[in-house]
Amino acid sequence: MQQRVEFHARADRALHNPQIRSNFRYAMDGLIDKRKRSFPDLDELNRLRLRCAEIRVNALSKLPELLEQLEACCTKNGIQVHWAETVGEANRIVLDIMNRHNAKLLIKGKSMVSEEMELNHYLEQQGIECLESDLGEYILQLAGEPPSHIVAPAIHKSRQQVAQLFKEKFPDIPYSDDVDRLTRNARHILRRKFYEAPVGLSGVNFAVAETGTICLVENEGNGRMCTTIPPVHIAVTGIEKVVEKLSDIPPLLSILPRSATGQHITTYFNMITSPRKPGEKDGPDEVHLVLLDNGRSRIYEDQELIATLRCIRCGACMNHCPVYTRIGGHAYGTTIPGPIGSILEPQKAGLDRYGDLPTASTLCGACGEVCPVRIPIPALLNRLRFERVRQDHTGVTRGQGSQRDPWEARIWKGWSWMHANPAIYRLGIGLAAGLRWMLPKRLGAWTRVRSAPRLAAKSLHKLAREKGLDHE
Amino acid sequence: MSLRTGFPEQPARVYFFGTCLIDLLYPEAGLAGIQLIRREGVEVIFPQNQTCCGQPAWNSGYRDEARAVASAQMACFPRDYPIVVPSGSCAGMLRHHYPELFQGTPQHKASLAFSDRIFELTEFLVQVLKISLSDVGKPVKVALHVSCSARREMGVAGDHQALLRQLKNVELVEPRRREECCGFGGTFAVKHPEISAAMVEEKATELVATGADTLVSGDCGCLMNITGHLGYRKETLQGSHIASFLWERTNAAES
Repeated sequence: MQQRVEFHARADRALHNPQIRSNFRYAMDGLIDKRKRSFPDLDELNRLRLRCAEIRVNALSKLPELLEQLEACCTKNGIQVHWAETVGEANRIVLDIMNRHNAKLLIKGKSMVSEEMELNHYLEQQGIECLESDLGEYILQLAGEPPSHIVAPAIHKSRQQVAQLFKEKFPDIPYSDDVDRLTRNARHILRRKFYEAPVGLSGVNFAVAETGTICLVENEGNGRMCTTIPPVHIAVTGIEKVVEKLSDIPPLLSILPRSATGQHITTYFNMITSPRKPGEKDGPDEVHLVLLDNGRSRIYEDQELIATLRCIRCGACMNHCPVYTRIGGHAYGTTIPGPIGSILEPQKAGLDRYGDLPTASTLCGACGEVCPVRIPIPALLNRLRFERVRQDHTGVTRGQGSQRDPWEARIWKGWSWMHANPAIYRLGIGLAAGLRWMLPKRLGAWTRVRSAPRLAAKSLHKLAREKGLDHE
Repeated sequence: MSLRTGFPEQPARVYFFGTCLIDLLYPEAGLAGIQLIRREGVEVIFPQNQTCCGQPAWNSGYRDEARAVASAQMACFPRDYPIVVPSGSCAGMLRHHYPELFQGTPQHKASLAFSDRIFELTEFLVQVLKISLSDVGKPVKVALHVSCSARREMGVAGDHQALLRQLKNVELVEPRRREECCGFGGTFAVKHPEISAAMVEEKATELVATGADTLVSGDCGCLMNITGHLGYRKETLQGSHIASFLWERTNAAES
């Protein structure tokens, strides 16, 4: 129950922080609007969603085979493939590569898997400096904070807050809250580092099994720099990012940026298929691909929950989530926040750790409606609500049953008994109506911001009986 | 989950599933829904053994408990008449989640047939009865709040609008961010009261900003949440279930 207190405490802090509230509201309104305008033809959107869901379902249906094919093709192309079952193993693989090259500086493109690994923290303990080169991630590194959104990691900060942060960290640079100037300053600081760093790290948006190609979507060009300038490139990814064919990429690339930021295409799209070949003018001498499991193969085991792994990390579900918009990403306490985080993270780390997250939703359905690969997020939230209180322990989810509170369970048993027995129910509502004057005016948290509901003098059951509507 | 594409002819009689919230808090809305259907020449039967669709337990993860209640409901509507439900949320449970709830049980086939007979009230009035309303009320400005289940699960937001647009003295408005949830979410409001409060505060502010005299919704969960907060803030905006509102506007005897 430790997690519950933490989630509620963090959510309350965010709810009472007007700056957080307005930063998220403003940013989410903008992202919702941009996405909407980038899909003017709803029929096209629905066809594309069906196609992309099909691509992801197909890939997951033969995940083990495709991963083996990916490994074989990458190896043939000269990319070194590493398997990691845990984040600890993945971190050690990266460290070994760094050590082999005597590298003390790692320059990073944006990677949520490296956040999942807490790679920066791990490497810094080993005396290796990590530098985030994505502007949002760089801002957060300066501030010492984790991302609050998977696509726009520093979205919880206003332009003025970023300007203030730069002023504190770089007193020599004149203060400015102009976005272009701030970007130029960061670019200036980072550019030198690209030439100094012996190793660059990136995430992976899609990995193509049939060609052994790593695909990387980005807007700032830092991804291309990280993957081409340093002599060594390490790509880290979850095992679920694989797709079968190269022809699967165009539909996914058509839906991902539009769902994420409303862009028809990102500024950069990188396809990496090998290290630098003889005669080529640029590119790294070594390319490594680290494939991380960290609980994903357990999710793969369940034919309903496997849909969680379709995710292409566009962030549309959080942009459209009324809960995320109110509390922001940090309140979730997970690498990935929002609706997709609330189904993914409890499955990875266990319901004993994140058992509260599946309940932090009104099941309004906005997330499922916008998901580009049609993950039925509300249905999976409901499923995990079952997993968190189930008693038979026959599921695949870690921590199943751990959130079962004996009192709550007894209340539901009683509730069920009453509503499955019509005579008891009618007696109950009759009594409640008769004694309605006794009902308290205050009903816990409900009446903190609401007046108490008033029971009717006569139930619909009674009105219908009086009107003779109860029989044919 | 698929939305209904074809609709049946007007039946001779239907069952009415009143929902537990209407039963306890808004019985006049249930009665208004029944009267709207009867006025079109359709007989309405309200089986006395109905209680609740079971959604609270289903959404809380207590599936066995939900199934026991759902079984009892299916037994209340033995003939193959359509079942009309004055709530997008309860209709969504009966129509889309009963087959999930009974998956892998001997009742699965029965639950599919049962769910196929479920109609949300405004959907039934517009698509099956093709109702034609004539407004006898005074000019009024109405803000519509469509519940998330009515909008997304049942796909009946258009039917809500179509009914209100038939009323010549009603000016229909919708709030900014009309598609955003009001923050009720059943047990969500109990488990996460602070987040729920933040959501209903903003929803109420947007509704008040429309300048409407009346708030109309097809779901009593949203109404209880939003009007509860409006009452707490002592706003003048009053709430009404769409069935009550339509009946009052079109029933000459009462106005």
